[in-house]
Amino acid sequence: MRITADLDRCVGAGQCVLTDPVVFDQRDDDGTVIILSTTPEDAETIGRVREAIRICPSQALALAEPGTTS
Amino acid sequence: MTDSPVLPLNRTCPYSPPAEHVRLQRDEPVARVTLPDGSTAWALSRLDDIRSMLTDPRFSANRQREGFPLQPRGVRPDADERPLLIGLDPPEHGEARRAVVGEFTIKRMNALRPRIQQIVDDCLDAVLAGPRPADLVPALALPVPSLVICELLGVPYADHDFFQSRSANLLLRSIPPQERFVAAKEIREYMAALIVEKAKNPGDDLLSRQLAKGADQEELAGLGFLLLLAGHETTGNMISLGTMTLLERPEALAALKEDPAVTPQIVEELLRYFTIAEYVTSRIAVQDVEIGGVLIRAGEGVVTLANAANRDPAAFTDGDAFDLGRAARHHIAFGFGAHQCLGQNLARLELQIVFDTLFARIPGLSLAGPVDELSFKEDSTVYGLHSLPVTW
Repeated sequence: MRITADLDRCVGAGQCVLTDPVVFDQRDDDGTVIILSTTPEDAETIGRVREAIRICPSQALALAEPGTTS
Repeated sequence: MTDSPVLPLNRTCPYSPPAEHVRLQRDEPVARVTLPDGSTAWALSRLDDIRSMLTDPRFSANRQREGFPLQPRGVRPDADERPLLIGLDPPEHGEARRAVVGEFTIKRMNALRPRIQQIVDDCLDAVLAGPRPADLVPALALPVPSLVICELLGVPYADHDFFQSRSANLLLRSIPPQERFVAAKEIREYMAALIVEKAKNPGDDLLSRQLAKGADQEELAGLGFLLLLAGHETTGNMISLGTMTLLERPEALAALKEDPAVTPQIVEELLRYFTIAEYVTSRIAVQDVEIGGVLIRAGEGVVTLANAANRDPAAFTDGDAFDLGRAARHHIAFGFGAHQCLGQNLARLELQIVFDTLFARIPGLSLAGPVDELSFKEDSTVYGLHSLPVTW
């Protein structure tokens, strides 16, 4: 699975960084998301990534399942 | 329509949304409602419906559109006045927000931690040196966020009486629209003058940094106005309501004192439980949209009963319970969609530091009287407490 982010949608709310600062960070200048680790493997991390996707206010995040492109 | 409910309704119990909001959520989740000026709008009360609406480009946040709900009539901002960030739609909104959101990243907020801690400690030093009982609203709840936002923006704290009184008036529904309009205008004029001064003598602050990046002075005055207002009223109300709630719930307080790692979760639950700003997320449809089988036509307004939505049984188990273990971060206390609160992570940080420090430094803190004798901001756009007498 691979995390994708739509930077045009991202509004820099930082909810993903609060959810998992190992996976997500923000650009200093415009606050938009930086994905530090694009392919989470362990179930706990994937759970947190799904939480980040759910609470992202601009719905900028997604998890691409294996075999799909984004 | 004469039989539709008239909103906004005041909260009569601090721990519950108005009963009518709960009834609407159960029986009529997309309801035709009447507003105080006699106009009608739709009220949404289910979490999913509100989240969908706030991320749907067919709804506009532009307060200057004819028919936008709960905007005072006849006292609209001058036609040439620039819309505020909260009233912008794409693509202008994204550009304007990105120009400033770098000031509010998690990294930037964490860097403010030592200074916020100092401010909280200074306030508590004064409380402990003063008489008992003490009113925590003027002693802690208001000055902490006020000092923090003033320092961040570069606004002289010495002027806080001026904008604090106007901020409060601006949000009171009982104050005539013309007076609220004047209060807003006065803060904006104050901010405009301050920005002219910053352009001449820049400081190490948000307003000066925005100017250095080439921000338009008038737009920046609007942004400064919004940040000052939001930074004052909202966090202060959550500090007072949160302190009251924790003092009323010994098990929650014990958990917080025992392990500061649970504080962020307690803060999140307090935010959900009170949802102090409900009508900020009003919108107007710019195209016909169907929500929950109801057709909302272009030009019709929508208001959000966010406090009820944050207890929606479809989204929260036993949502009326204050539950420390809930870990529910999908609430909409900070709104949802592209306009979600710019300062939300500053608010979280301030609340965490205040609660951790307050109960550690004054372990014997208690309310000086019963909760039902406290005075709540029942008719304010932002719910809160007028005063919170405590002793120790």
